[in-house]
Amino acid sequence: MPQIHIPSPLRQYSGKQASVDVPARTVGEALAGLVSLHPDLKRHLYNDDGKLRAFVNVYVNDEDMRYLQKEATALKDGDTISIVPSIAGGCCVII
Amino acid sequence: MLKIPQSAYISLRQHGEETYPHECCGVLLGRFEDDGSKTVSHVARCGNMREDSPHNRYSIDPKELIRIQREGRERGEDIVGFYHSHPDHPAQWSTTDLAEAHWFGCSYVITRVEKSAATITNSFELTGSDEGDKKFVDERTDMV
Repeated sequence: MPQIHIPSPLRQYSGKQASVDVPARTVGEALAGLVSLHPDLKRHLYNDDGKLRAFVNVYVNDEDMRYLQKEATALKDGDTISIVPSIAGGCCVII
Repeated sequence: MLKIPQSAYISLRQHGEETYPHECCGVLLGRFEDDGSKTVSHVARCGNMREDSPHNRYSIDPKELIRIQREGRERGEDIVGFYHSHPDHPAQWSTTDLAEAHWFGCSYVITRVEKSAATITNSFELTGSDEGDKKFVDERTDMV
């Protein structure tokens, strides 16, 4: 069963679990299953249009799902999904 | 409160000196304590993906973060924060820093690097419940 790793800021919405096992054949099914198990995660992962927020990266093992088949990416037993909010910033205005 | 070993503190400041005049960035690994503080036990340096504007922007490759996260997990560590430098600018969070911050409860450590020398280092905790009410709060840093 695929395992989804939950980043620390979102664990308060996943029953404090660092990882959640979700039966799923695709990434989309896995994310839907996760949100079904932990509904409070939904607004942190998806915008009002139901699309993944721009800063939420989803990796299947070590690959960005956007460069695979996105939500349709097929999963197999032992696959790991990582939800990784982006990390960026910087000082002042761009000159 | 952020508790950090002196060696880790020195390491992240040195990183900013080494990458000057560009911003450095990295990850703080350790433990969330029951009293709400965070204890750092490991500092992981990262590359700055923002090659278009590295003197005033930084970005960490998620792929690199996943590796760091996995290695930390094997040591029993969690991601408790991040650090970056502000070359020739104050060690204060910018509007860009806040807009791009999404790891609630984590520390964002910023070092001012002035003419290749690290000067002030400050830590800020990202608080709030979602993108709409998030803010940075000054955070005490203690050497352990």
